Amino acid sequence: MTVFTLINISLLAILVATALTVSRLRALYEAAMLSALFSLVTACLFVLLDAVDVAFTEAAVGVGISTVLLLGGLALTRSREAVTPRRRRLPGAAVAILAGGTLVYASQDLPAFGSADSPVQRHPLTDTYLHQSQEDIGIPNTVTSVLASYRGLDTLGELLVVFTAGVAVLALLGPLAHPVDARRRDDLDLVDYRVLRVISAMLMPFILLFALYVLFHGDFGPGGGFQAGVIFAAGFVLYGLVFGLDKAQQVVPRVVLWALIPFGLLLYLGVGVVNMLLGGSFLDYDTLSSDPAAGQHLGILLVESAIGITVAAVMTTVFFSFANRRATR
Amino acid sequence: MIGTHYVYWLLFALMMIGLYVVISHGNLLKKLIGLTLFQVGVFLFFISIGKVDGGSAPIVSDDVETYSHPLPQVLILTAIVVGVATLAVGLGLAVRIFETYGTVEEEDVLERDTTP
Amino acid sequence: MTAHLPALQVLVPLGCAPLCLLLRRFRTVTWLVFLLAALSSLACAVLLATRVDDGPLHYEMGGWPAPYGIEFVVAGFNTPVLLVVSVVAVVAAVYARRSVGDEVDDRRAPLVYTCLCLTLTGLLGLTVTGDVFNAFVFLEISSLSTYALIAMGRRRRALLASFRYLVIGTVGATFVLIGIGFAYAVTGTLNMADLADRLTDLDGNRALYAAVVFVFVGLAVKMAVFPLHAWLPAAYGEAPSAVSTFLAAASTKVAIYVFCRFAFTVFGAGLVFTTMPVGEVGLLLAALAMLVGSAAACFQRDLKYLLAWSSVAQIGYIVAGISLATAAGVSAGYLHVINHAVIKGALFGAAGLLVLRLGSARLDDLAGLGRRMPWTFAAIVVTGLGLVGVPPTAGFASKWALVSALLDAGAWPVLVAVLASSLLALVYVGRIVEAAWFRDPPADLPADQPRAPVSMVAAVWALVLLSVYFGIDASLPGGLADAAAAALLGTGGA
Repeated sequence: MTVFTLINISLLAILVATALTVSRLRALYEAAMLSALFSLVTACLFVLLDAVDVAFTEAAVGVGISTVLLLGGLALTRSREAVTPRRRRLPGAAVAILAGGTLVYASQDLPAFGSADSPVQRHPLTDTYLHQSQEDIGIPNTVTSVLASYRGLDTLGELLVVFTAGVAVLALLGPLAHPVDARRRDDLDLVDYRVLRVISAMLMPFILLFALYVLFHGDFGPGGGFQAGVIFAAGFVLYGLVFGLDKAQQVVPRVVLWALIPFGLLLYLGVGVVNMLLGGSFLDYDTLSSDPAAGQHLGILLVESAIGITVAAVMTTVFFSFANRRATR
Repeated sequence: MIGTHYVYWLLFALMMIGLYVVISHGNLLKKLIGLTLFQVGVFLFFISIGKVDGGSAPIVSDDVETYSHPLPQVLILTAIVVGVATLAVGLGLAVRIFETYGTVEEEDVLERDTTP
Repeated sequence: MTAHLPALQVLVPLGCAPLCLLLRRFRTVTWLVFLLAALSSLACAVLLATRVDDGPLHYEMGGWPAPYGIEFVVAGFNTPVLLVVSVVAVVAAVYARRSVGDEVDDRRAPLVYTCLCLTLTGLLGLTVTGDVFNAFVFLEISSLSTYALIAMGRRRRALLASFRYLVIGTVGATFVLIGIGFAYAVTGTLNMADLADRLTDLDGNRALYAAVVFVFVGLAVKMAVFPLHAWLPAAYGEAPSAVSTFLAAASTKVAIYVFCRFAFTVFGAGLVFTTMPVGEVGLLLAALAMLVGSAAACFQRDLKYLLAWSSVAQIGYIVAGISLATAAGVSAGYLHVINHAVIKGALFGAAGLLVLRLGSARLDDLAGLGRRMPWTFAAIVVTGLGLVGVPPTAGFASKWALVSALLDAGAWPVLVAVLASSLLALVYVGRIVEAAWFRDPPADLPADQPRAPVSMVAAVWALVLLSVYFGIDASLPGGLADAAAAALLGTGGA
């Protein structure tokens, strides 16, 4: 048994144990924190499985945004779960056993884990994405080139999903859902802690700088528009938590945020439309420059920035929507 | 069989724990947590499909021979984003349900609807 | 520019969504933007439908050839769906202006139009994509925006209806994702045509069986096939009327198309219907759906819930036709997709007129209104007869096609279910008629109520007349359905 297998099995065992604990915990704050731990271990496992970009995202999303949202949701509702009655357990168990049984039965014909000779590795896609892409696009991080160029439409769809979530949360919780603005009550008094205040103020520029680094470094290492957007949002969330929501909303006014949400999406779409006008297909970045590789570089950069803008704006808006809800209640 | 497929089985167990929570638990927030567990299991399954023994992250450099497959990673990046989007909408709904009904237990909500 | 038509079909509504959000201060403008999205989609669909006779159209996104990039495919099997979605979207847009204005507060109305654009984008994208993972992405776009739309219903129940749909819908979508994962693991590709090619060498592969099972169970949630229909009645019953009109007519139909696309052109009819008993299971569930759906519809007190339960039964008819996997059966299924979309769109639209007038659509409140709102109730009766399947309505045409397909295949038990369900449909349509014409109006009914807005009545009647036309002359929908069946069963990969 190699070291790899050993670490792999122990991480998976931690994951299963955490999941079981989360499922049994009736105290939901604890469950939320444990699911953050779950995401963190998952991110480690992703690194072990060579998926560094995914690990980055899972760490930013699962540990960061999801947990903040869950805690925000819990703060607005009840944090203790009722006892699950015995009669409710049966259907869930039946479905889980049935589906699990099907999965295990089917896994017998799955290629061995880690095999270099599986259909996935033998398919011509592998060679195109890993080697041909170096000539076509010329970006070392193949995840970025597949994400933004080969499968650029999926990524546009993904951005649209984020956009939809932003619109949905605004419709549900945003100021639009409340015709009358109730009186504000500022119960976030973290600003009284001087150490916290000074350190967060010092950290802010570095967080934003790091986000920019992640955005522009996505061609060469793990990172890209989505991760950058989440880090940006995390910076604003931190600011809002420490200095109060009013202050944070002065720094990034609602009007600006709401303009940025559609702007990123329109920028992405605009790049594609320009490609069409220049005689190529939608999102064919080759058309952006006389040298196809340079065109690809430019296109990917624009697209990644577009993702970063919309994601950061949506995530910040969603957080503000939850937080404002508490302030007005 | 065990040596080559153990990863899949552990991931299936993970998915099913999540699925069980989604179906059996009546608390709306717990359902969302269960949904997250279920989806993370699926994400790990996809990534494990693309893994190659002795491979490294698919960032091309001169001193690396074998890479794991980039495609599943791209798919899962998208899926993670979809997952957090769904979570945000679900939480928004749960908050509104609590505000209108005063509870986030599914059965209590149904009860309060039938006896207004 | 015509080469870009398959892309423009999806991209114009997509671009309209952020525009709606930007222009949210001008409510009428956002409505116009959605109308524009719907009209452009209809224009693209019509142009595409006239072009597919010479073979399928492919559009390579990003200029990358399939399977390296994502491609859109337009062929005989999806042009009918594009047309249905687009026509319904245009009608819903005309209808929505006054209906949304009445049921949703002014500040959120622009968000309704934004979400309608997003749903339209998702449904269209799901229809034209030739890539299985891209289908998952579009599925989630349409689903997430649908959850938001349902939650904007007037009553508080809309919130729970939306949440329940969100949970079961996400589980369904994740099942589809698992299925895609298995198919990918044994083939290494995500392109539908490439998958179909590579699957032929994989006889008896158990991972492939699991892929079929998971994709279809996940899609069954979105199709609202019995017993995974539980989300549908509350979702359609509580959504704002313009939204239920659009969703009831378009959304399950697209899921049914995706089922066909996977069954016939990805996994292949041999694997799905010969090696695996999907056809038998489908027929069984379809028969149960017809009986349960129609029976439940008879006991509803709210017109919108009644119509939603009737949809569960009508989806049973469609699934029965497709499960036969014969040319006649699939064609009957498609024909009913078209006819039912038109009929149900009109009925939900009429229900929305009642909501506008009365503040609710409870059957008890309809007492004696037949004479006061003759146009609305005439629309309900004409299309209601279509649900029953009385000649010469459109419903009769598709039910006749289904019955003859079932006869050819010798599926007697399903035939009995179809007949029983039709009788039950007579009962529930009869209940509406009874309430509207044969009961005395309550004494305190105010005499001078506001007239129903012309735009809404016109939108409903456009669908009613379309359904009447399809009943008299079924050559247009019939031709589309036959072409779709031929494209699905004949070519394989496409």
